[in-house]
Amino acid sequence: MHRNHVLVAMDAHTIAQGARAVRDALMRNLEMTSLTSEVKVVETGSLGIYNRGVVLVIFPENVYYVGVKVEDVAEIVSEHLIKGRVVERLHYTDVPVEKAAEMGAAPRFGKQQRVVLKNAGIIDPESIEEYIARDGYEALGKALTEMKPQDVIEVVKKSGIQGRGGAFFPTGLKWSFAAAEEAKQKYIICNADEGEPGTFKDRLILEGDPHCVIEGMALAGYAVGADMGFIYIRGEYRMSIDRLNRAIQRAKENGLLGENLFDSGFNFNIEVREGAGAYICGEETALIESIEGKRGEPRDKPPFPPSVGLWGMPTIVNNVETLANVPQIILKGADWYKSMGTEKSPGTKVFTMVGNINNPGLIEVPMGTTLREIIYDIGQGIPEGKGFKLAQMGGTTGGILTGAHLDLPMSVEALREIGSGLGSGALLVVDDSQDVVELVENFVEFFNHESCGKCTLCREGNGRLLELLQRINSGKGHVADLNLMEELAVTMMKGAFCGLGQAAPVPILGCLKYFRDDFVRKIEAAEMAAAA
Amino acid sequence: MDKVTVTIDGIQVTVPKGTTVLEAAKQVNIKIPRLCYHPDLPPVSGCRLCVVEIEGDRLLRTSCSWKCQDGMKINTKSQTVRSSRRMALELILSRHPMLCTECVRNNNCELQSIADQLGIRETRFEYSARPGGIDDSSAVLVRDPSKCILCRRCIQTCELVQSVSAIGLEGRGYNVWVDTPFGKGLDDVACVSCGQCINRCPVGALYEQDHVARVWAALDDPTKHVVVQTAPAVRASIGEAFGMSAGSLVTDKMVTGLRMLGFDKVFDTDFTADLTIVEEGTELIGRLTNGGALPMLTSCSPGWINFIEHFYPQLLPHVSSCKSPQQMFGALAKTYYAEKAGIDPKDIYSVSIMPCTAKKYECQRPEMRDSGYQDVDAVLTTRELAKMMKQVGIDLPQLEPGKYDEPLGISTGAAVIFGNTGGVMEAALRTVYELVTKSPLENVEIKQVRGMEGVREAEIDLNGTKVRAAVANGLANARQLMEKIVAGEADYHFVEIMACPGGCIGGGGQPIPTSMEIRKKRVEAIYAADRALEIRKSHENPAIKKLYAEFLGEPNSHKAHELLHTHYTRKTVYKETVA
Amino acid sequence: MQDLTRVDEIVGRYADTKTPLIYILKDVQKEYGYLSDVVLTHIAKKVDIPLSEIYGVATFYSLFTIKPKGKYVVRCCNNAPCHVKKSKEVLEAIKSYLGLEVTETTECGTFTLEFTSCLGLCAVAPVMMVNDEVYGNLTPEKAVAILKDYKMKGQSNA
Repeated sequence: MHRNHVLVAMDAHTIAQGARAVRDALMRNLEMTSLTSEVKVVETGSLGIYNRGVVLVIFPENVYYVGVKVEDVAEIVSEHLIKGRVVERLHYTDVPVEKAAEMGAAPRFGKQQRVVLKNAGIIDPESIEEYIARDGYEALGKALTEMKPQDVIEVVKKSGIQGRGGAFFPTGLKWSFAAAEEAKQKYIICNADEGEPGTFKDRLILEGDPHCVIEGMALAGYAVGADMGFIYIRGEYRMSIDRLNRAIQRAKENGLLGENLFDSGFNFNIEVREGAGAYICGEETALIESIEGKRGEPRDKPPFPPSVGLWGMPTIVNNVETLANVPQIILKGADWYKSMGTEKSPGTKVFTMVGNINNPGLIEVPMGTTLREIIYDIGQGIPEGKGFKLAQMGGTTGGILTGAHLDLPMSVEALREIGSGLGSGALLVVDDSQDVVELVENFVEFFNHESCGKCTLCREGNGRLLELLQRINSGKGHVADLNLMEELAVTMMKGAFCGLGQAAPVPILGCLKYFRDDFVRKIEAAEMAAAA
Repeated sequence: MDKVTVTIDGIQVTVPKGTTVLEAAKQVNIKIPRLCYHPDLPPVSGCRLCVVEIEGDRLLRTSCSWKCQDGMKINTKSQTVRSSRRMALELILSRHPMLCTECVRNNNCELQSIADQLGIRETRFEYSARPGGIDDSSAVLVRDPSKCILCRRCIQTCELVQSVSAIGLEGRGYNVWVDTPFGKGLDDVACVSCGQCINRCPVGALYEQDHVARVWAALDDPTKHVVVQTAPAVRASIGEAFGMSAGSLVTDKMVTGLRMLGFDKVFDTDFTADLTIVEEGTELIGRLTNGGALPMLTSCSPGWINFIEHFYPQLLPHVSSCKSPQQMFGALAKTYYAEKAGIDPKDIYSVSIMPCTAKKYECQRPEMRDSGYQDVDAVLTTRELAKMMKQVGIDLPQLEPGKYDEPLGISTGAAVIFGNTGGVMEAALRTVYELVTKSPLENVEIKQVRGMEGVREAEIDLNGTKVRAAVANGLANARQLMEKIVAGEADYHFVEIMACPGGCIGGGGQPIPTSMEIRKKRVEAIYAADRALEIRKSHENPAIKKLYAEFLGEPNSHKAHELLHTHYTRKTVYKETVA
Repeated sequence: MQDLTRVDEIVGRYADTKTPLIYILKDVQKEYGYLSDVVLTHIAKKVDIPLSEIYGVATFYSLFTIKPKGKYVVRCCNNAPCHVKKSKEVLEAIKSYLGLEVTETTECGTFTLEFTSCLGLCAVAPVMMVNDEVYGNLTPEKAVAILKDYKMKGQSNA
């Protein structure tokens, strides 16, 4: 029995800030002080604290340390673990402590509600036992022993959950399409090709709680009659890939993947497939092409993947977050799920807050939380006393929100009403010192780089938008360029082949709508300077 | 069949379920512009020109791929549709060099005519060149990526129709382009020179190596005796280049036109097509009776020969050793004809008019010099001949009929059907039947081997001996048959392969456009030409009989072998590369 | 002549995987550093996929390269979340320190400069990657200091 557990947040963020070195120093120190039998070091996923360097939590005291450096380790060991005294200069208290204790661990929970992230940062993601101890694989057992596939679909349908990849298509309905297909082979694909800039929720879910996604996939497989699943994940997500492979292995060893699960006769296996660097592969048909070993170019739809998907077979492609919700929906029921969020958008939503914000990172809140609450309460506002210029919701393809939208509830329907969407759930906050025209150029640079090149409008359109924006930003633009940009953007939105080409113009049109003056001022200033 | 009814611009039309909006619109006489769609190929939906508006749909849909559903209301001409098409075309045009007068496809360019149709005279974007330079490494094809509009028809043709995959995409996004791997050039990859990509290219990004200039030079040279041969398929297609409808048979007018151009003798490849049948038929009988590699594979399609050399070299012993009719002609023109006419073969300049681009490579093969000279000096495609005629104002449709010169212009119905898929097989069977059974063939039309399906099989009874035959057109279909042969699952005796869809009438050198509809009409014209001829069996051609009597001796004689037969080279798909 | 036995071994590794081309390319690139003509041609023969198609795949994905790269590949993120945290200044400092434009490699073969797609490390933006290591909360000075370390490491290993 260990008297203390030290959780070291080992996600890509903290690794980027030196978490590995701190962990190594900690292990060395514990060895030197002969504490290894008393203190257990647990690597965990994100603890929900970002931009504060390396983060540790010591249980059972539930004390958070942030900004931990290698040279601090000896002090933490000798002061805290040996003498029981909190090292105040590293102590992170920016959180109602009782709340954190109640939720189990992580701070900043004021307005958050954790469903998808209930285990992330709390359990050792490498330990299937810890997942099982927190109701893990119970939903799968329940479904396989007590429910028919159709019942599973019904619960998911009734829960009202919509796809969390950005399109918000009703998940249960999608499943029912594939279930209705007669086919020798069907597939479940977990879309973990998280490429939307500013989005890292899927990675943190996978790193923090890989088994909930595995369980969600198995449930989807049972519901639609698929015995094979693939997790398509960005090749850049090295750690998630390794962790997933180990989790799959552990699930197999425990009889939770493989043949005849729970003696039900149902088989389910999962393989990880890595991407090779293409944003477009987040589009489900491009993703399928990529798994088939081809250029990741989208296919014509219809037919949709639930009828004709991977290798021509019925295929469900669901986002990581969607699948991570499923076990709890099955376990706790549709009504429980519907009790969260809004009537039309039930459940919680995981957001990533990035950009000019004091407290960036991953949060999970009920659908319908306002933008103001997210930015100012949870995100603790904008740094350096600067003002709010705009926010972009949903990644670089996301819609533009301005000060006028601060009290808008973040729900699918409310955003749809203003012609926008939640997208991937990335929330980019931009302060009023930023140059909007340069920001838009940055957006278009991204699309230009990521367009697959299949259709004229996206391939040439993004190239031309970039050219026009570069012209304006280099002081050679004309006001007439704005009209051409607008016309081109509208054409792309209605006429491009796939979601990328159709969504690329959204932030451009948004900025032109709300900040046209910024463009005009820039053009006119350059004209005046040239005339002078 | 299930039917659906849709309304297109207010007009109701009922079409079979599964019909695309593009096809349905055609039925109500609305021609929707399109650049990447080609009737021979699956839709790419890439150019975005064929978009239409569908009631209740927030997005525009590509009519080439969108299927009609019952009750659908389609608008093909709304303001949104028009401005979207206009924008897409402006984007394409602004990356196209717009050097129309310098282009081989001037006046026969889909981009040009759609720009005209949509009334676009200028674009609002500055010209931005596409990556990739001209590739003229091949003896046959030239690629100019600067003109490419990325419709992908060439890639699809090379991959799906021909299963050659010599070219593909490189890169992505704004900088995607069509190229050979690592920019090696066509000469360095297993391009079979079939030219099918040219036939489907909407613009001038692909074209054949020009032989027009050298032919003019020969015609202008008073010391040269210039002879010309015309392949069977040319007579059924060249009219199209002069605005005549597909399937116009213009043999006699073409002969007159060739004389007007200044050719000293106008001969017919059909003459040596008959000769091919006698030689190849004899070879087949020899293999059947004396044992030899079976099935025997035909050898008259040079694209096919390139293909089998690269992709199935292990099957080369199956290929008939007969040269193609073009090359048999070439060898005879500078020997038999030279002797008869008393002309020094070095002064003979031999030109052939072919529906084919691969013939340009074939005539340059080192083994095709059995006369002591290059047997065929220049190959003009049907398109190039039309161009030459136009250059000097020859109005083909109006010409008086002319007659081929003797003796190399005399031929039978069996020869002209060489232009169609199944034609060589049918012609051979007409002769083999009579040679084997020694009794006349009652009905010369062997319909089992006719048709447009990719692979066809037939069994012909030769007085108790059954000959199992197979016919394939298009190299993807040929590949299917070869796989069967390799796997030992084929028990055919005789297999005819033509590299191009429909046979030579669908050749890579034929007038553009091409489609199944057009190819079928050309096929009909060829069969009509056969029916119109009195003699319809190759071995009955009096000029051929005379040729054997005077010059060759007998079929497959030593001399025949020297002049009319060839050998093949084992090649690989990929050149051995050294690091 | 490149030794191609490792390619055979890698192709064999995926004998049971359906449509394994991308995996093969990934492993082969790891082994040989880049996807050369010789190597891709060899793969084409082994897996019976036309070279043109393999080449199309190899040039589509940004993690593949058909040209040799430097010992250290510096990948700067310039996506919007990094952009609003002044990634451009970081990039400019790196460019001038290395004397490279994006996609170029130093003559000595030590560094290649590239963009990366979003690594999802936006909470510590701006970020860059050097080979597999990630660095966050960069300033122009910090980025250059990190690269100086690599430069020294590169020289001492040489």
